[in-house]
Amino acid sequence: MSLSQPFRLDSGGRIARDRPLSFTFNGKRLSGYHGDTLAAALLANGVRVVGRSFKFHRPRGILGAGAEECNALVTVGHGALAEPNVRATLQPLYDGLTAHSQNCWPSVTCDIGRSLDYLHFFWPAGFYNKTFIWPHWHWYEGFIRRLSGLGKLPSENDPDQYIHRNIHCDVLVVGSGPAGLAAALAAGERARRVIVVEQDGELGGSLLWTDTRVDGESGWVWLEETVRKLKQQDNVTLLTSTTASAWFEHNMVIAVEQVNDRRITGEDAGPRQRLWKIHAREIVLATGALEQPLVFANNDRPGIMLASALQQYCGRYAVAPGTRIVIAANNDGAYAVADAIINAGIDVVAVIDSRQKPAHKSVRAMHEQGITVFQNAIALDCSGDKGVQSVSVAKRGSLESMATLQCDCVAMAGGWQPAVHLFTQARGSLRYDSNLGAFVPDAVPPHVHVAGMVTGELRLDHALEQGWIAGYNRPRAGSGDESSFRRTSEASADNRPRARPDGDGALRMERVWCEHHSARQWIDFQHDVTLRDIDIAVAENYTSVEHLKRYTTTGMAVDQGKTANLNALLALAERSGRDPGELGMTTFRPFYLPVTLGALPGRNLGDFYSAVQHSPLADCQVQANALVDDYGRWRRPRVYLRNGENEQQAIAREAVAARTSVVIFDGSPLGKIEVRGPDAAEFLSRLYINNVASLNVGRARYGLMLNENGIIIDDGVFARLGEEHYLVHTTSGGAARIYNWMEALLQGDWPDLDVILTPVTAQWANIAVSGPHARELLGRLETGIDLGNQALPHMAVTCSVIEDVPVRILRVSFTGELCYEINVPADCGAALWNCLLRLGDDLQVAPIGVETLMVLRIEKGYLHVGSDTDGYTTPVDIGWGHVADGKQGEFLGKRSLGRTFNLGHGRLEFVGLTPAQQGGVLRAGAHVIDADYQGAPAPTQGYVTSACYSPNLQRYAGLGLVRDGRSRLGEEVKVYDDGEVHAAVISAPVAWDPEGERLHA
Amino acid sequence: MNRQRPESPTSKVDAMFRIPCPYCGERAETEFIYGGQTHLARPEPSERVSDREWAEYLFYRDNPKGLHFERWQHHFGCRQWFNMARHTVSHEIVAVYRMDEARPDIEPEETV
Repeated sequence: MSLSQPFRLDSGGRIARDRPLSFTFNGKRLSGYHGDTLAAALLANGVRVVGRSFKFHRPRGILGAGAEECNALVTVGHGALAEPNVRATLQPLYDGLTAHSQNCWPSVTCDIGRSLDYLHFFWPAGFYNKTFIWPHWHWYEGFIRRLSGLGKLPSENDPDQYIHRNIHCDVLVVGSGPAGLAAALAAGERARRVIVVEQDGELGGSLLWTDTRVDGESGWVWLEETVRKLKQQDNVTLLTSTTASAWFEHNMVIAVEQVNDRRITGEDAGPRQRLWKIHAREIVLATGALEQPLVFANNDRPGIMLASALQQYCGRYAVAPGTRIVIAANNDGAYAVADAIINAGIDVVAVIDSRQKPAHKSVRAMHEQGITVFQNAIALDCSGDKGVQSVSVAKRGSLESMATLQCDCVAMAGGWQPAVHLFTQARGSLRYDSNLGAFVPDAVPPHVHVAGMVTGELRLDHALEQGWIAGYNRPRAGSGDESSFRRTSEASADNRPRARPDGDGALRMERVWCEHHSARQWIDFQHDVTLRDIDIAVAENYTSVEHLKRYTTTGMAVDQGKTANLNALLALAERSGRDPGELGMTTFRPFYLPVTLGALPGRNLGDFYSAVQHSPLADCQVQANALVDDYGRWRRPRVYLRNGENEQQAIAREAVAARTSVVIFDGSPLGKIEVRGPDAAEFLSRLYINNVASLNVGRARYGLMLNENGIIIDDGVFARLGEEHYLVHTTSGGAARIYNWMEALLQGDWPDLDVILTPVTAQWANIAVSGPHARELLGRLETGIDLGNQALPHMAVTCSVIEDVPVRILRVSFTGELCYEINVPADCGAALWNCLLRLGDDLQVAPIGVETLMVLRIEKGYLHVGSDTDGYTTPVDIGWGHVADGKQGEFLGKRSLGRTFNLGHGRLEFVGLTPAQQGGVLRAGAHVIDADYQGAPAPTQGYVTSACYSPNLQRYAGLGLVRDGRSRLGEEVKVYDDGEVHAAVISAPVAWDPEGERLHA
Repeated sequence: MNRQRPESPTSKVDAMFRIPCPYCGERAETEFIYGGQTHLARPEPSERVSDREWAEYLFYRDNPKGLHFERWQHHFGCRQWFNMARHTVSHEIVAVYRMDEARPDIEPEETV
């Protein structure tokens, strides 16, 4: 097997050599081992070019070994299961995996788009902003978007399942390197619930690939022992393959777990990802650090990678990314990597150290192995299009090559940037550390702790100690500016893991820029931003990091500058002569790594997207062939279709039936709130503009509710059922809102009122029986209730119990006809409905839908709050000013009705609108304009709020809000309706039965 | 494994990710809704309230960088409204108290 993997080392690594796996890359069949990432397997097979760059389509290889990867973005899987922009370094290998390169055509090794690279001089930073503005950006957009970019989304719906889980813990440890494990051990001793999240499939962090000793044992042995110990503790939960990607207020961390990363589909597949919402009392961030690349000419060639990545491929995966390695460095870290590679049996050609005086000991050690160390020298340039072939070396400050080194891999040791993403999201502040040449945590927020390399600490023994202290969670002494990772002897305990001091923890780095080089030196590999682009930005005075980022696009896209931000910022600082600490970092926002969109909604899709409310009569409606639609959260019938009717025909039939015979309407969604108690009348009096006190038991009244701005927020009938018992009807859409509002008022503002509220919307089915034959039909129910005008006049209510079933009959009407609303317990609704249909068969009783009811109320000029009112409408505007004026005592909104704004002229007032000509049309939403309208633009005089064809009036009928409308009755205006102009007359709202005689029939 | 574990580090009121409902105890923040500034006295009767007084009641609100006194409702729980003193920067919940209780005398210095 290893014959087919020419770059696999003969021994070592943590891969399972007895578990070979087969996969394809760009259609080619390759092999790897269980434990590999896709990147490791590709390198083992000698694949150098993995993708093409975003802008110039340059061939790119693998740069890193983890989250920092910016080049090796591939599409994994195909069809609906295809996932674009997967970092090959984070994708565990599995049998049958298929992966493809992105942003290249026809293939990754031969890409037509590369021509852009040869013309690169024409595409510097800011090029788009300056060039593609004439005639308009959209003119170019399609073409440019096709050329640049990342992977393609599948067009099908994602068939996978994603789930959410909430979990609480005392201590959350993010990262499971040495510091994280030490924190987990400490927290495990003390806290009740500990969660450790690790992005990798395996715990251990850098222990997995570095040669270390902890507690006198090798790193791998200690790791195994520690993991075993943690797994035994039932208060510790270990989540691997889980990336903590975002921090939110109150220490809530969003972490995404890859559960079924192989994308097995089918019934038993289970969720693909699990999104954890972790609520932690204390968080220990042991997120480590990301190595940064060096900046030199053509530093983006395939085969050039981070030194730590090289070490990881050798140590963990037993893969040699090259056979002849050149290490370019600006700090002490390079020499440990060199040792590791040599020990793995790989040739190191030379070390290029840009510092004037690298540590003598390190240099001598290299010389003893026969390895040249170029001191005070830099990698100048490199050759090799599809894979690096040689590197030229120059003295610092010179552009003259003094040596050319043949090699097939270059390792860059450019220093470290702590992974402070979650830390800054948690509002920790940063400071520039000149030893590290990077930004490290400064002020640590409460309930957050940092440990290990994320603090800038390079020594293993210190990292272990920091982790232990952070996990032990000692209360901090003093005020907030003391960092929680202070090393105190007090925190040491017998069980604390220890390591021998390894070095002095200094990096001694010197960052060197190669000036005046004509070739491009990459800063941001993923977005193709070069040092020259930074120069242009500085020359154009973009000297804030945030401006620099937006002008050059550095640090954008999928990797969010994990290997680019620091170099870009330091280049900017150096070029503008400022201290990096003064410039600061760009803001890190969620998410640390991209999150699959499907993971965010989880299961709240489709039917689970939002709750749906069904009437207790839903089945009856279906039987009557209802055309059901969404009305807010309610599913309600628009109309009931008969014998091949369309909706308009059904509305016409139902509307005529309502005025000539008898119809039934399901009003169950109507909001119903019972208000009881000694202060019920006083309470309602403060809510309604109407006089409540004068309402007798057994009577009902139509009322308006205002907010404190004097604006109408709801309307409806309220009935007095007993001395201290009222039933309040709200609009169907306002039921929950009004109830919550009442509750807030009672508890918060008027706790002295003795009132009990009970929302009963769902408890009662409500059937309105309406029409000239309504009394006759109801009489056939033989309830024994007197329905006559004497006993039950318009706006009266009666309660009864018939055969143990409570019944409430309100004589109220939204149709303008004789109408009884019968309320029975929800589970009796269907029986009543069917009974009415059966008894009324000879009266041609018909159910009517919501759309028909709207026609009837428009004919009658009845207001519909929310349709015929807007966020400015006061009772005065709808002609109810006299009611508010006559009201004795205080009510909500009263004071605002006297505000100048609400009293002024030019207010939009509620009126009717009638077509001026026979056959004229009115549609809701059309604007009312002056009668002498000549052409647009014209000032609006208001708008049509409701309109319909009225089958009873045999013409269109409309309602509207018109400027000063109530003083303009009879005036002819024009109505502008999406290009059409119609003539209309302002009229009183009511068009049907203005005297209201039919209500009292 | 019989070793006794010390008490969990925090059970004080400053556990920020959970809101201590005065009626139910600590619950997740997602069970609550926010109701704005509390202790607003409605000026009455309307006839004697000036435009300025009314405007201040309707539109003027505290916007402190520090302690803010506000209303919350345990909406998906006991549905009770209560008052909370919260630090607007750290989100530290310094006090919760019933609607009918007076505003506690908390010095902002103690809490920052």
